[in-house]
Amino acid sequence: MSTPETNPIRDAIAEAISEHEVILFMKGTPEAPACGFSARTVAALQATGAPFAAVDILPDPRIRQELSALSNWPTIPQLFVKGELVGGCDIVTEMYETGELAQALGVEAAATPQQPVQEQQQPAHGLGIENRLG
Amino acid sequence: MPTADEIKQRIEAAIPGAHAEVEDYTGGGDHFRASVTAAAFAGRSRIEQHRLVYEVFGAEIGGPIHALALKTAVPSNAEADAAASAPTPSR
Repeated sequence: MSTPETNPIRDAIAEAISEHEVILFMKGTPEAPACGFSARTVAALQATGAPFAAVDILPDPRIRQELSALSNWPTIPQLFVKGELVGGCDIVTEMYETGELAQALGVEAAATPQQPVQEQQQPAHGLGIENRLG
Repeated sequence: MPTADEIKQRIEAAIPGAHAEVEDYTGGGDHFRASVTAAAFAGRSRIEQHRLVYEVFGAEIGGPIHALALKTAVPSNAEADAAASAPTPSR
């Protein structure tokens, strides 16, 4: 039981959200999603060509608990842009289909073929929230 | 283990004027897909619309209800008229 005053996991999550313009909390990694909903969300994001940071919530169940408490959103994945929750798989997929996702991410809708998406900008160090626990 | 019909009824009971189509897409009683139309969604962002539906189930989402895929919409005028003629709880 953690005391209410100190909540290093929630602090780390809030910090990650504020430090990354586009950040996805997901099950698994963009290269190896561990859930179909996370996979679909990653695919939509990658299709826009916008760089994004990703956090795997699976290593520690407390990450998911604290994330959902923070965002008031019960499911994974969760996409944040500029510190705001945009949505989960359903909303992100719907926004991708209408072109709103590219707009929200500040990239042109992929009318022209994008440069290879392979060079996804990943954080130099893995964004493992669990690694931040002293 | 909820059924698709229970999920539908709970959504429609909790959100005034809501109409829900719910499908148990794995047949296992824990993965559902719901399409919800409600006048209560008018003027709300998608996030807020989905939250209204998630709130019906609270901690069951992620628990017994492993997944609830959502599509929300505000009713068209015709549907809104039908909803308006149905008795709705006063706020």
